[in-house]
Amino acid sequence: MIPELGQFAMALALIAALVQSVLPIAGAARRNTLWMASAQATAVIQAALLVFAFGALMHAFIVSDFTVRNVVENSHSLKPMLYKVAGTWGSHEGSLLLWVLILALFGAAVAVMADNIPLALKARTLSVQAWISVGFLSFMILTSNPFDRVFPPPLDGQDLNPLLQDFGLAIHPPLLYIGYVGFSIVFSFAVAALIEGRVDPAWARWVRPWTLAAWMALTGGIALGSWWAYYELGWGGWWFWDPVENVSFMPWLAGTALLHSAIVTEKRDTFKAWTILLAILTFSLSLLGTFIVRSGLLTSVHAFAVDPERGVYILGLLAVSILGSLALFAWRAPAMEGGGLFAPISREAGLLINNLLIATACATVLFGTLYPLFLEAVTGEKISVGPPFFNASFIPITLPLVIVMGLGPHLSWKRADLPGVLARLKWVGVVVLLGTLVVAWIADGGPLLAVISMGIALWLIGATIQDWARRVKLLQKGAWARINRQPRSAHGMSMAHLGLAVLMVGAIGASAWKTDTVSFAEPGTAVPIAGFEVTFVGVEQVQGPNYVAQVATLDVTRDGEFVTQLFPERRVYPVAQATTTESDIRQTLAGDLYVSIAEPAAENTEGLWTLRLIYEPLVNFLWLGSLMLVLGGALSLSDRRLRVGAPRRAAPVNATPAE
Amino acid sequence: MKRLLFAAPFVLALIIGGFSLWGLSGGRDPSSIPSALISQPIPDFALDPIEGVDTPGLSTEDLKGQGLTLVNVFASWCGPCRAEHPILTRMSEQQNLRIVGLNYKDTPENAAAWLEELGNPYERIGADVTGRAGIDWGVTGVPETFIISNDGIVLHRFPGPVVGDGQRRFQEALDAAKAAQ
Repeated sequence: MIPELGQFAMALALIAALVQSVLPIAGAARRNTLWMASAQATAVIQAALLVFAFGALMHAFIVSDFTVRNVVENSHSLKPMLYKVAGTWGSHEGSLLLWVLILALFGAAVAVMADNIPLALKARTLSVQAWISVGFLSFMILTSNPFDRVFPPPLDGQDLNPLLQDFGLAIHPPLLYIGYVGFSIVFSFAVAALIEGRVDPAWARWVRPWTLAAWMALTGGIALGSWWAYYELGWGGWWFWDPVENVSFMPWLAGTALLHSAIVTEKRDTFKAWTILLAILTFSLSLLGTFIVRSGLLTSVHAFAVDPERGVYILGLLAVSILGSLALFAWRAPAMEGGGLFAPISREAGLLINNLLIATACATVLFGTLYPLFLEAVTGEKISVGPPFFNASFIPITLPLVIVMGLGPHLSWKRADLPGVLARLKWVGVVVLLGTLVVAWIADGGPLLAVISMGIALWLIGATIQDWARRVKLLQKGAWARINRQPRSAHGMSMAHLGLAVLMVGAIGASAWKTDTVSFAEPGTAVPIAGFEVTFVGVEQVQGPNYVAQVATLDVTRDGEFVTQLFPERRVYPVAQATTTESDIRQTLAGDLYVSIAEPAAENTEGLWTLRLIYEPLVNFLWLGSLMLVLGGALSLSDRRLRVGAPRRAAPVNATPAE
Repeated sequence: MKRLLFAAPFVLALIIGGFSLWGLSGGRDPSSIPSALISQPIPDFALDPIEGVDTPGLSTEDLKGQGLTLVNVFASWCGPCRAEHPILTRMSEQQNLRIVGLNYKDTPENAAAWLEELGNPYERIGADVTGRAGIDWGVTGVPETFIISNDGIVLHRFPGPVVGDGQRRFQEALDAAKAAQ
């Protein structure tokens, strides 16, 4: 009964979305206030219905209702409760339902919270949002119904892929989806602005909090995914340039560019067409991110069950939304005149370089991801593009970007005084130079590029702190009051830039100075790594809730002194017929000692275990940096100016009341 | 000129869309990336026989100097394996081919029952209970079938079941391998 109600709610939501996709926008064209205001109601109703539908599916998972096909395929009665709940979005159908739910929630949030936006713009935005809803709800109802029944019901389910039974992964897809789908509202704003034919600083300001919220979620989602790959998969790495990672990274890059270009539109009334284009592209890349893997277009470790029928429908949806919006852009955007002029050395110019470099980086990733497809279409040759391409092309773009990033906040709008800025930064330069020499001395060899990159990361740290300290006059009396008086978004910027530098430190450390060994071990075997000595004590069998584990004990010593004991596991999940590696890690800020075990297959090594040891220096800075990025976004989002002192269309630039 | 510039994103997206449409149509299989093992010697491995089945186990040495050999990766839990099993059996009988099995992540009881029910065309079967040998072979899914030359070189990797159109393509690869011998 409940699954049918869920399905019914989904159908009703589609009807609400259909009404919302026509009525408000028609009202905006004919200046019918009542029609325009209807968007408010339909957006909330649509969201409520989808919350109900999602709740119904979750209920089926929680009570293990094996008459529902989706539950049979992705759950098992013995599974821990958290993963039963997470199973709701573990499948293609369930994750799609989550996707439209978040889409509707964002629409409802705009309907309810954004009461400072003119009615016509809001009505158009919500209609565009509803177009996306209609597309995906109909896709679900026609091809991917999560509430399909199965008869006769089996006795038990087939279990969720054990690799996916991890806390990080249980919350990784929802976060990633909030990010992906959050950009839908920015997209809707952009399309509405194109239809209206008007983009101005007020528009940029209205869009900013939504961009920030989506960007934060996406940052968190990607970081969690990477964290999961690192801790759970036991691959001893945190980023693999896998197509699925790339497609989540591209909207992040485009969204980051959008955040910065929207600032220029807001403050200086220029970069308008570019901002609109970025808004469209960010969501287009998000769509690509959600669906490229499902369509079976590219191969990846993340692949869902592939169904060409679905692939064509999805491609059709993508074509309509992406090509439609880009055609609208080609038609309407040329009429948008740029505003303020600026000198070659200015904040605007800095942000322009930032945008160009990020866009290039994004295009590089897009090219690398789709290249196998292009090549196969043209020459029939099949290849996969791996890390060497991305490392060789992506790093040379990002290093100059980071150099400019340190400089940018020091530049003033319109025309900046470069000699003055450089003079201000000369002590930072000296400190960075000394720091780099220290790094080179500690690293003692290793790749030169890593030392240079580390120097550039140090430069970003130094320049960002210097900028912040100068703004709040840290060393003079009353600094605390000035810190409080500064807009939070300014602190957010410093925090996020610092976060990126910290993340970079982690990335460089963990890729350039990593050491690993693989050896066969029997009780008593000792293996040296990165100054530690790891001794294999033995293995014992342990029974888990829905798996059997073989747990190894390893003693870790340094210079003869006991450091810690580590317990890596090999788990066998009998129902899903799969084994997973549970590594164990000694975590410190200086680096992670990462151990995992596997049974050797060959007969002549009976009783021996394969012991894999990895030392990843500085890797925790990655997660710390990601956290700082999200925190920076949160600080910026909490800025009072984004909420009070509603910007008005007629007002000249920068005329909003200061607090 | 300016208009052209603004239309550029549209045109680019159209091109990417065109490639994608091509990619979705016409029986293209993105997972059939060529195995890194092609033209390489087979990996070193040694597997015990399935418990309770008379067929001997499988190791690297068993694939050398015995003529062209098919290595079929199968499991009792895999539906498509059931579909291709009679076809492979018939092919090996009619064309006098040597076929060996790699029983992937299976339990001995299930595997034995499966072979009992469907027949056992395999000269040797290695029980890869842990999936370890599967990793060495670069197995991405079950079923998969490898064509191995007389001197133990991987000539072809065929992912997916040998049925329907797959049978035709597999036969082509097999004919090419025979001609090369």
